[in-house]
Amino acid sequence: MILLVNARLVDPVAGRETSGGLLVAQGAIADVGPHLAAGAGPEGAAVIDCRGQVVAPGLVDLQAFIGEPGAEHRETLSSASRGAAAGGITTLVCRPDTDPVIDDPAIVDFVLRRARAASAVRIHPCAALTKGLAGREMTEIGLLKEAGAVAFGDAHRSVMNAQVMRRAMVYARDRDAVVSHFTQDANLAAEGSMNEGEFASRLGLPSIPKVAETIMLERDLALARITGVRYHAALISCAQSVETIRRAKDEGLAVTCGVSVNHLTLNEGDVGDYRTFLKLSPPLRSEEDRQALVAGLAEGVIDAIVSDHDPQDVETKRQPFAEAADGAIGLETMLAAALRLVHSEEISLPRLLHALSAGPAAAYRLPEAALRRGAAADLIIFDPEEPWVVDPSLLASPCKNTPFDEAKLQGRVLGTLVGGEIVHAVAGALPGL
Amino acid sequence: MDGLARPDIEALLGTAEDYVALSRQVEKKAATLRGRTQINLFFEPSTRTQSSFEIAGKRLGADVMNMSVSSSSVKKGETLLDTAATLNAMRPDIIVVRHHAAGAVNLLARKVDCSVVNAGDGAHEHPTQALLDALTIRRAKGRIEGLVVAICGDILHSRVARSNIICLAALGAVVRLVGPSSLLPAGIERFGVEVYHNMQAGLAGADIVMMLRLQRERMNGSFLPSVREYFRYFGLDRDKLAFAKPDALVMHPGPMNRGVEIASDVADGAQSLIREQVEMGVAVRMAVLEALAGHLPNG
Repeated sequence: MILLVNARLVDPVAGRETSGGLLVAQGAIADVGPHLAAGAGPEGAAVIDCRGQVVAPGLVDLQAFIGEPGAEHRETLSSASRGAAAGGITTLVCRPDTDPVIDDPAIVDFVLRRARAASAVRIHPCAALTKGLAGREMTEIGLLKEAGAVAFGDAHRSVMNAQVMRRAMVYARDRDAVVSHFTQDANLAAEGSMNEGEFASRLGLPSIPKVAETIMLERDLALARITGVRYHAALISCAQSVETIRRAKDEGLAVTCGVSVNHLTLNEGDVGDYRTFLKLSPPLRSEEDRQALVAGLAEGVIDAIVSDHDPQDVETKRQPFAEAADGAIGLETMLAAALRLVHSEEISLPRLLHALSAGPAAAYRLPEAALRRGAAADLIIFDPEEPWVVDPSLLASPCKNTPFDEAKLQGRVLGTLVGGEIVHAVAGALPGL
Repeated sequence: MDGLARPDIEALLGTAEDYVALSRQVEKKAATLRGRTQINLFFEPSTRTQSSFEIAGKRLGADVMNMSVSSSSVKKGETLLDTAATLNAMRPDIIVVRHHAAGAVNLLARKVDCSVVNAGDGAHEHPTQALLDALTIRRAKGRIEGLVVAICGDILHSRVARSNIICLAALGAVVRLVGPSSLLPAGIERFGVEVYHNMQAGLAGADIVMMLRLQRERMNGSFLPSVREYFRYFGLDRDKLAFAKPDALVMHPGPMNRGVEIASDVADGAQSLIREQVEMGVAVRMAVLEALAGHLPNG
């Protein structure tokens, strides 16, 4: 048993915060509330004095690349688990674009078995929606779901053929599966490497227009309307997409969406002098788009903030911008980067934490992330104010492609619990931890 | 060109004037770069730019080596930065780089100890071309301030256009861009230029008509319907040139596609500055190399 006392309890589901304590027993939250004052727990409970720091449900990250199987030099389940735990992520959904692709129940089984041995945080695979991510034939959605896949999508690729997409959606609806799709028209995006506009034009870079995203999103929603599938737009990046999702939700479609923490806190100007660590897919957009995403987050139009963790080694990033690989690591910086929005008073802390835990959990129908009795004790204790400077050499990932290299961030995870077990603790940060 | 202020540009043009005179003498050699090693590192072939830099370096007394990478290391999988590190170990003083990717020269410059000259990177910049164009215009017109310069054609893929926009605007010219919308970059209206989609309006009252090369792979169907349709609307012939001022002058960075973006009689006509541009290229590159000479290792 663990008793957390003197905690600032932030419950994203209830949308409120209170002072009090929380009792963990048998991997679950046994009791929670203001009545659990200092030392008022049962006999034998290990007491952690939170000293007024935030206690909240562990973060749920719906999109991260882990290189098992096939790209272990970029990330292993073990290193991803350490990074996630340090970043307060207790549930991680991994991308299907491994080698081999997660398009077969045996691979789902492999990942889950490896994760049980190597990972302290909960790992769930997102399976491919089409075989080999080729966009032609749907995968065994039913069998993959039974094996443990929590969603279906083709990673950073869109299914371009609308007929294939329609059939996959209607089939997924019957199997009650979530389709989580990357929305970018491959022809409009072509060889682009940056948001279309003045910045890309000045840098002379081939660019990706916003319409590449919105046209695919509109198509998907038209298909979602006639199929009734549970649809998740995995990574939206621009203002128009927020509007489109808002309308779909108002209409009553079963639609959710995610946005990466990078797109909420950075914009195309950060690419600066061809900084390849800022080369992302979808590309960073304009400041107006960033603000619209934040507004959509505050309103609840956006359900999930994801790390979109994508480790890339030196060889693929130290290239001319257009030839460099997309992607940025983000497990350990997701919370602190997202807290920038709280510190700049663009969003409240409970709302932010909702989009980092309860929102994504609901989108993929994972167990509810709430501070209530009976819920799994997947918890974080964090200091939202503590300043730190990102030192890539201290991050767990073998790859160091962080867009927050040497950035000053505020907010640090002091302790992480998964199923009541402490999987990460900053030594000496809190009495009893 | 980005980051160069008007006094910097004018100083370079002033030096280049001296080198025009030197290059017209029998004895063309200066000793500015004597004992120095200059490597021309070209990742995409460019006969005229490479030979211009080679002559410029040799006239200043440098030992010049030409290296075409497209045909050697890159095919063996060596990265840009490996190539840079290898050359750096040979202790050159100046590396002149042409690369097909925007920002590549920039990236390379951060990894070597010597001075680096951008001889064109992707669709980003081609600064010595802009300087030689400015020098050509200044010598032909006596000034740049207040002139109307129409840059015509494939702006989207053109590093020459981008560098010229920056350079000419810094020197006080009015810059117009003329081209089909499919060959204009997004956000171009925020570059401080006037944008036209037809030659008649775009050339009206222009002092300088600067044509751009249209790459062959862009001619058929993807960006434009056909060569003949392009020439019909945007190719510079006598009729279209008549919209510009009577004393308007015609420029082209070369190599030209005769009958695609420019008619032969215009290219070779009395209003053409195209051969002067080539001569000014050597002088301007000598001026750029000399400006770097003061900052070389052991200098």
